[in-house]
Amino acid sequence: MSAIIRVEHLSKRYRIGLAPQGYRTLSENITHAMGAPIRAIRRVQTPAPDALDTIYALNDVSFDVQKGQVLGIIGRNGAGKSTLLKILSRITEPTEGEIWINGRVGSLLEVGTGFHPELTGRENIFLNGAILGMKRSEIARKFDEIVEFSEIGQFIDTPVKRYSSGMYLRLAFAVAAHLEPEILVVDEVLAVGDAEFQRKCLGKMSDVAQQGRTVLFVSHNMSAILRLTQESIVIEKGQLVKRAPSAAAVDFYLSAGHSSDGERTWGSDEIPLDAAPFRPVALRIRGPKGTVVETVRSTEPAVVEFEYELTSPVTGLRVGIYLNTARGEAVFTTFDTDDPLMFERFTNRNPGRYISRCIIPPDTLNSGRYSLNVNASSYRIRRYFAEEQALEFNVDITGAPGMHWPEPRPGVTRPRLEWKIEAL
Amino acid sequence: MSTEITRHETKIIHIKPTQGWASLNLRDLWTYRELIYFMIWRDLKVRYKQTVLGVTWAILQPFLQMVVFSIFFGYLAGMPTDNGIPYPIFTYVALLPFTLFTKALNDASRSLVGHQNMVTKIYFPRLILPLSSVLGGIVDFGLAFIVLIGLMIYYSITGGFHFIINAAWLWLPFFIILALVTALGVALWLSALYVQYRDVGYILPFLAELFKFISPVVYSSTMIPEQWQMLYSINPMVGVVNGFRWALLGAPSPIGMGLLVSTIVAIVLLASGLVYFRRMERTFADTI
Repeated sequence: MSAIIRVEHLSKRYRIGLAPQGYRTLSENITHAMGAPIRAIRRVQTPAPDALDTIYALNDVSFDVQKGQVLGIIGRNGAGKSTLLKILSRITEPTEGEIWINGRVGSLLEVGTGFHPELTGRENIFLNGAILGMKRSEIARKFDEIVEFSEIGQFIDTPVKRYSSGMYLRLAFAVAAHLEPEILVVDEVLAVGDAEFQRKCLGKMSDVAQQGRTVLFVSHNMSAILRLTQESIVIEKGQLVKRAPSAAAVDFYLSAGHSSDGERTWGSDEIPLDAAPFRPVALRIRGPKGTVVETVRSTEPAVVEFEYELTSPVTGLRVGIYLNTARGEAVFTTFDTDDPLMFERFTNRNPGRYISRCIIPPDTLNSGRYSLNVNASSYRIRRYFAEEQALEFNVDITGAPGMHWPEPRPGVTRPRLEWKIEAL
Repeated sequence: MSTEITRHETKIIHIKPTQGWASLNLRDLWTYRELIYFMIWRDLKVRYKQTVLGVTWAILQPFLQMVVFSIFFGYLAGMPTDNGIPYPIFTYVALLPFTLFTKALNDASRSLVGHQNMVTKIYFPRLILPLSSVLGGIVDFGLAFIVLIGLMIYYSITGGFHFIINAAWLWLPFFIILALVTALGVALWLSALYVQYRDVGYILPFLAELFKFISPVVYSSTMIPEQWQMLYSINPMVGVVNGFRWALLGAPSPIGMGLLVSTIVAIVLLASGLVYFRRMERTFADTI
């Protein structure tokens, strides 16, 4: 067979929430009662169950991968990528469908699984290697190479609990990277370690690809997808919606209007009673074409709009957003009446619906995930409404300045500055 | 379900939903046999780290229990023993396989939940976890056994016991295996249930205590009335403890219908445990 991986009509159904109430035997009742406290705990951890008690994490997905191909897998969080990888790595079983895999699957899903903090680096290499399916002789043969790759050096006989998190990850990645499987599954490992180490990991990945082995590469980093893969599949709500050369797949993914994402709406029960006369309606991010998007490109303008209703006249209102990184660092704060002329014009607002809209200019934000807090107040008089992390969105930096160097750049902004070089 | 077919040195892995009863897939277990070794080795290396007494704990636990039982049951309650064997070795010989059993039962039952991150992130035959937990107790058992030899020599010198090594010792591996098979059988059920019902974590200490009193650890099984002996032997640990007392201390031989019942129960527990475990295995990563 020519395809090294063949996936046919793959579906994975998850049960969520409670089973339908109805006929139940005594023993089922007992086990049901036994499980009640556990389900109560689970309900806290996971979103409230739908009316339906099952969801399709994957729905009738079919594709194949040729030997030596590097295939990108793109999709938003919860689209089903992780489920697909888990089934491919045999961690969980599909509900329907079949897969044929012609070779050993090595997974960099979670590096360092099975590492024990009390054991030394040397001991963990052997343990982790065995967990990943390597033979002892195989680990012994590659041992020096692994140590060298990890840059652990003289700390090899120190318990890993004394390692810095960087050293720990380097060692873990080094073991996984030396598994030499026919098929390598890589999921977001590039997010770990410093720039230097990331370069090494990317190098290792392209080595693997050049040796004729197959790589499945999952990432939110579109630049990395473009750089490392020729072809990609896009997964959305459990379904494979696009398979195309990576450039086209990335475009499809970035431009697809995700109606439910990139928007936060407030139901009447979510608005605090003391917010009146201010009623928030929706907060949205729009791309340049006006579609509501979850991921904006840093090279294009992004529109942030806050829609609200005033049920009685308000004086001195200012409506604003606080932009933070997903890690919580403040980026900027801005209000709709920052301009004194605007403040004068909108000092008194009559009852009715409003949209306060601003544009984040192109070449402002660096790659990453951001969150918006909203705030509506009359300065020094009253705060009507505030919500933290009302909406999150991603910034993709494809096409940003300096992208010919594949290294992440520190900093929350990514301005396009005008440089001049003078020869003296 | 996934099967591996080795053909022309490349393995074809076929993944599809398991229908009905799953096969044991012993081939997979064999491929991963080194992992069993590494898991046992890891547990041994790690277990007594950051303890002052270290590996002495493996000996102290049954030894201190023996001291307590000897004071309360042997000395104060005057519990009779078989053939007048001194109470301390009488109970210590029972505590040996019993400690092995409870440790194996406890560790193996908790093995899946205790290794959640492995179960949810990496493929390997899940049976390895309870299996290596059960086998891991043998080292502790070996250490505690050395203490037994010491005790037997001590009581041979001070009187009350005659220390001889006889052919019955050859039966010991059988009784050890019987204890481990029972522990593994029960643990396969409990570990798979534990994935879904954390209640198992609370049942385990109680279960270990229960087993201690329905097995002849602090008393002699001859105290059980004749008509109840068969029912009593349903607990395989009865056969194990009596076997140890017979082989090492010259107590009455347990070989007979009782031991057969114990053995059959242990095998049924193991077989049903394996079936249940394999059946639940497919959803471990989703429900754990």
